[in-house]
Amino acid sequence: MTGLRFDLRDPPPGAAALRAEVRAFLAEHERAWTPEVRARSWMGFDRTFTRAVGARGWIGMCWPREYGGAERSFLERNIVLEEMLAAGAPVGAHWIGDRQSGPLILRLGTEAQREKFLPGIARGELAFCIGLSEPDSGSDLASLRTRADRVGGGWLLNGRKIWTTFGHLCDWMIALVRTSPAPEGGSRHQGLSQVLVDLRAPGVSIRPIRDLVGEEGFNEITFDDVRLPEDALVGQEGAGWAQATSELAFERSGPDRYMSSHPLLEAGLDALRADAAAAPALGREVARLWTLRAMSTAIAGMLQDGADPVRQAALVKDLGNDFEQALPGAMRALRDVEAMPEPMRRMHDYLTQITPTFSLRGGTREIMRGIIARELGLR
Amino acid sequence: MIGAELADQMARALADASDVTTLRLLEAGAFPQAAWDALDALGLGAALVPEARGGAGLGFADVMQLLEALGRAGAPVPLAEGIGAAALLAAAGIEPPPGVLTFAAAGATIPWGRHAAHVVLVDGVRVTLHAAGSLRWAHGSNIAREARDTPTVTGVPLAEGMLPNAWGSDAARALTAMLRSAQIAGALQAALALAVDHANTRKQFGRPIGRFQAVQQQLAVFAAEASAASVAASAAARAADARGLADATFEIGCAKVTAGEAAAKGAAIAHQVLAAMGITEEHALHHLTRRLWSWREEGGSERFWSARIGALVQSAPGPLWTFLTSRDQEPSA
Ligand SMILES: Cc1cc2nc3c(=O)[nH]c(=O)nc-3n(C[C@H](O)[C@H](O)[C@H](O)COP(=O)(O)OP(=O)(O)OC[C@H]3O[C@@H](n4cnc5c(N)ncnc54)[C@H](O)[C@@H]3O)c2cc1C
Repeated sequence: MTGLRFDLRDPPPGAAALRAEVRAFLAEHERAWTPEVRARSWMGFDRTFTRAVGARGWIGMCWPREYGGAERSFLERNIVLEEMLAAGAPVGAHWIGDRQSGPLILRLGTEAQREKFLPGIARGELAFCIGLSEPDSGSDLASLRTRADRVGGGWLLNGRKIWTTFGHLCDWMIALVRTSPAPEGGSRHQGLSQVLVDLRAPGVSIRPIRDLVGEEGFNEITFDDVRLPEDALVGQEGAGWAQATSELAFERSGPDRYMSSHPLLEAGLDALRADAAAAPALGREVARLWTLRAMSTAIAGMLQDGADPVRQAALVKDLGNDFEQALPGAMRALRDVEAMPEPMRRMHDYLTQITPTFSLRGGTREIMRGIIARELGLR
Repeated sequence: MIGAELADQMARALADASDVTTLRLLEAGAFPQAAWDALDALGLGAALVPEARGGAGLGFADVMQLLEALGRAGAPVPLAEGIGAAALLAAAGIEPPPGVLTFAAAGATIPWGRHAAHVVLVDGVRVTLHAAGSLRWAHGSNIAREARDTPTVTGVPLAEGMLPNAWGSDAARALTAMLRSAQIAGALQAALALAVDHANTRKQFGRPIGRFQAVQQQLAVFAAEASAASVAASAAARAADARGLADATFEIGCAKVTAGEAAAKGAAIAHQVLAAMGITEEHALHHLTRRLWSWREEGGSERFWSARIGALVQSAPGPLWTFLTSRDQEPSA
């Protein structure tokens, strides 16, 4: 069960000063945010805000300076993420690039790819999306069918991705696709590769999908003979599965896996400050939040050390999703919705509709628990 | 690393004591003298006593793994109590005496009281040391059948002293909460190991029950809760090392709430997976689960600490987030 070990860590030197800087920055922007914007949190897409974050050096902040980074630590980055989420900042336009596409390109990309993409992501100008899921391949991702076939000097991309968050607003996708058939009787994990797709290339059609709130967050993206250049390949041909799964420690470990409802907890505390009867229930949520924060921060420290805490990330995602998902219910148990102050009620109403997604996006609850069960030696 | 080495040493010394037979005898009222002697010889009781006072001078965080190891074994000896009592005595300027030592807040029941040579009572900031034989005892027990005895103080204490401010006026409860949180984390690990082992060996419908996804998913929840309890206990201990016990009651409370909830969930899942076999007297599981159900009450229940935490954050000015982050331990240089 070594995959379930956590090493705790003190905050990095200068943590309080960095927090104060981010807070001062957020104070300039947050007056414009409606309760819905705050409740949307990292599912809010705002390029103007993202460029402002980039100008402060808070996107790609762990990357080398030559690629637009600030060479700061994972623990410092974690502080910026926490502050953004605590405020409910609309960070969606850079979240994916900062969290996983950029780090992937930095780790496995060619020099030319790094120069082409990383500075733009860090400035908040290039937005990335994740092309994993397909209509017939959700949890069973390795069954995916989108293909990139070699053609003279490049690739020809055909197939379909779905549920692509902000695909219609982004510039680039990193897609996991099949570049050679799975070997007869061999593992389906072979023959997959990651490719960079310019979402404005001919043959790419993007159809936004309206969600239950009535918003267009995710998309269906169809590739119809899309020509990709030779250097669209990220990392090694055929190693896409291993690459994509190692990305998951980054994708699943952050504070975005337990803080998605945080602005509602703040609003709830404000509304219930004088309500002595609410203290135990509020205290319970705070205790849980405190614990999740310790776990999540431990993972940031382990990533800083170059460890691959992919199982710990699955575990914290599962616990964190339970917490952020249950928050609207916990608040509702303390105050009738119609008696909530207006901003709190609006956050509550928005989150009530959207919290089911928390244990779906980034891998479902059942898949997270399956990963833990494997670590326990049950599978 | 100190923590890991200590825990190893103790695990070896505990190996003989941590079988079901010991726990059975213990629950029947016997004291595991041989196990105690072996552990006492390691000098672990003085772990938290400053070096200047002849102790090991360790911090709370250093002994968390040791406490977890103790919890995994079902705490067959009063070592957690001894470590806590010696720390309280040293803080109050009193030399810890040799032999079995325990502590409690004045008015609370005393763990292992009837087996102790000496007892430390903490009343606010006043610490008194008593020869156990000088107290009148009413025996009691928790549902783990661990001795939880009530003393009546007669005569004068052997020594008395005052806790410094860093320990605060609720030190016995806070310390108990921290010790029990770590022990709960350990007992959860042991119960999880029993459940996983059972899932891999017990066959129904022609295969190990651990092949059923319903069983796997429950055990995954269990593992997550056990990890949460462990991280929380250690994080609280680090806060206590950095700021003193008195100013770490928020963190200690959060850890105890997490551990208490984990205890309930973990025990329930363990029993579900072990089914009828797990509730027999013969099986080892109940020694752990009855301790989980007991320890979550000691040093403050989830309800107790949640109410305190809630009141604290209600009265803290500004956002909750500001409060939470203001408590981060930034290294001073
Ligand atoms: C808001 C949102 C944003 C998303 N954004 C993106 C994105 O940007 N890019 C992207 O690629 N994808 C994205 N996704 C897709 C997401 O990754 C998938 O929804 C997820 O992987 C599950 O796939 P599915 O929806 O096809 O469900 P399915 O895989 O069909 O699962 C349906 C149910 O069956 C359960 N199940 C499936 N297999 C098993 C199993 N082996 N054992 C037990 N239970 C099982 C699942 O847990 C689930 O409860 C997003 C999803 C949401 C909701």
